[in-house]
Amino acid sequence: MADAYVVGVDMIKFGRFPEKSVPQLGAEAALLALDDCGLTIKDMQALYCGNLNQASGMVGQRLLQEIGQTGIPVVNVSNACATGATAFREAWMSVKADVYDIVLAVGVEQMGKGLLGGGGGSKGISKEGLLGSGTMPSVFAEAGLEHTRNHGTTFEQFAKVSVKNHHHSTMNAKAMYQIETPLEVVMNAEMISYPNTKLMCSVNVDGSAAAVIASEQKARELGLMDRAIKVRASVLTSDPWQERDLVMPDVNSCTRMASKSAYEMAGVGPEDIDLVELHDCFATAEILHYENLGLCEEGEAGRLIDDGDVELGGRIPVNVSGGLLSKGHPLGATGIANIYEVSTHLRGEAGRRQVEDAKIGLTHVIGLGSACGIHILEKAA
Amino acid sequence: MSDGPLPVVSYLKMPEGGKPYLEGHRCDVCGAVFLGERRHCSKCGARDSMSTFQLSNRGTLYSYSIVHRSFPGNDVPYISAIVDLEGGGTIKGNLIGIEADPEKISFGMPVEVIFDDALGRKDGDGNSYLSYFFKPA
Repeated sequence: MADAYVVGVDMIKFGRFPEKSVPQLGAEAALLALDDCGLTIKDMQALYCGNLNQASGMVGQRLLQEIGQTGIPVVNVSNACATGATAFREAWMSVKADVYDIVLAVGVEQMGKGLLGGGGGSKGISKEGLLGSGTMPSVFAEAGLEHTRNHGTTFEQFAKVSVKNHHHSTMNAKAMYQIETPLEVVMNAEMISYPNTKLMCSVNVDGSAAAVIASEQKARELGLMDRAIKVRASVLTSDPWQERDLVMPDVNSCTRMASKSAYEMAGVGPEDIDLVELHDCFATAEILHYENLGLCEEGEAGRLIDDGDVELGGRIPVNVSGGLLSKGHPLGATGIANIYEVSTHLRGEAGRRQVEDAKIGLTHVIGLGSACGIHILEKAA
Repeated sequence: MSDGPLPVVSYLKMPEGGKPYLEGHRCDVCGAVFLGERRHCSKCGARDSMSTFQLSNRGTLYSYSIVHRSFPGNDVPYISAIVDLEGGGTIKGNLIGIEADPEKISFGMPVEVIFDDALGRKDGDGNSYLSYFFKPA
């Protein structure tokens, strides 16, 4: 099968835009991505639209009602926090399968503020605070302390993740925040669910991101190979059975399965990856994924953050965009925003936060429930 | 409205004249343990393979978080605990009877499952509920 390429990709600056509709937000990113490759909606043969909170609302069609109702097929995608990556992957598969030769993928979300999760069923009484906690900060605190249990990882090491990602975001104008947060500020911020303080929780923001994906032949015809990004691997997994599944969502197994498959598909190993955008929905989660993605040996994640290996300028920079912790986490948009970030580095267009000589990058998202999406990207030769 | 309290979850059983207990389902083929009614096994795929059994009231702390921000009306801080039960099964609940301080909590500490009123919570029909909690053993 021929390769598929990202030829246009962009995202809006993440923020809070209550005055805009979800389709309007998605349309902004779609137009930016089309502008990035000098094309119009009339050139697109299909739209794959990721959105979570209006999953039954035909967001993709309403997006086309904003920018051009060309009658193309629209697939609306919902897959928790892996929604954007799943929409991108469906778009990629349609090109790989030679059904279309150029398509558009969009991820968009409008978020409220506050705690996610913990709602439980509608029958009986609320279980939150009665049978433990189902909020996302608690779930990822428990996953983090599992790592503490196994490897002695400390509160301070988890907090350092947040220091790093907030620092990175000071160099990203599209991030929600551009604010330095020193270690003592992170550790002394309001405790939400120990060991996650408020500054160790991702930011609920509105946002959108989009990508134009083309076959190699189409990209060459259009003269778009100069800035094209090759999709070396696209993998999606669901959660395999684990003994604590029913009370403890497992974000590790599905990531390990996905990363193994992705490295095989791309024919590379973790040592070949120049930068990673991974799912730091909470500071505790980022630590787990260093090992899940093979960026270090088992139990070495705490050392990786201590030694600065994952900072910009380090051995394997992680979340130089600022990550979900500071760039923000508009659930359905995040997967494609990660692809925008890595593509921007591979193109050498990332400005102050540019990872030098970046040739291959990896993106990772987790949707609880669970879904894991991984993409390995490379600048076209 | 029910005469007495209702179980907080379907797998909390309240036999007449007997003590309440938690019920697990175990796959007869592969031994995987589940909470709540089910017919098939999602570990090995075996069909109609489930047998019920009484979960132990003793276990050890696997992981936890200390919850400082919760829904309005919930008392904080409290400990959200994940407990591996003796003989199989893992359940989640509030760990009580110990200070909500990471220095005081240790992984693997033995805990006991106890049954008590669901913190005074009532449903829309005024029913009260029986819940379960963990306390250090």
